[in-house]
Amino acid sequence: MAEEMSGRRPYEREITSEWIFRHPRYLRYMVREFSCLFIGGYALLMVVGLERLAQGPAAWQGFLQALQSPASVAFHAVALAFSLYHSVTWFNLTPKALPVQLGEEFLPDAVIAGAHYAGWFALSAVLFWMAGIF
Amino acid sequence: MAKSNKPIVWGPFAAGGTLTAFLTPALIALTLLAGLGRVPDALSYEHLHAFAAHWLGKAALVVVIGLSLWSAAHRLRITAYDLGVRADAVVAAIVYAGALAGTGAAVLYLLRI
Repeated sequence: MAEEMSGRRPYEREITSEWIFRHPRYLRYMVREFSCLFIGGYALLMVVGLERLAQGPAAWQGFLQALQSPASVAFHAVALAFSLYHSVTWFNLTPKALPVQLGEEFLPDAVIAGAHYAGWFALSAVLFWMAGIF
Repeated sequence: MAKSNKPIVWGPFAAGGTLTAFLTPALIALTLLAGLGRVPDALSYEHLHAFAAHWLGKAALVVVIGLSLWSAAHRLRITAYDLGVRADAVVAAIVYAGALAGTGAAVLYLLRI
């Protein structure tokens, strides 16, 4: 009412989601953010897997069978792509999040991001080795 | 959200984002292999059960699942806001409760192993 009396007409920004298509950069940002659906979804799949594991060998075998359904394989393929995109974008940001200063100089961005990539590949290799892939 | 809550919400998000960046692609690759009929040794009932039966394996699974769910929940909340959903308190309550429920369920199942 005070606004009417003073004649104020405050600008009210319209809230839309159309902005994500205005620039490829915004779309890439949204793709990155949507990775949470697949990473969270995969974590929930792990919870279901633990439930089956707790129910015994037959239930676990059923879970492994269910993993072979076309829907599951499709989900895994898409989730893998999104999770790789999350990893790449996350590691590319590490030089901003963890700048390392040595005297007057800063460690080059490529060194910091590169160290994370190296750690990622090494850790994945160790995991595959522990899982018996090679 | 009160200013003082921010580190509590954001800390696990950053930790989960880092953990999932390092681990999730490899984990998905393992179950994808199983889905393609080449079940890795680690996903056989005996091996996985032995892993989950050990307290260290239980701890690892809870940390991975809990932080994955929390960081995904936080990102989903921010994404909802970006897409024009302004009921942030409601969205926050739903996604964080979901993450905690999923983690609680994981703990419950692990205790039965």
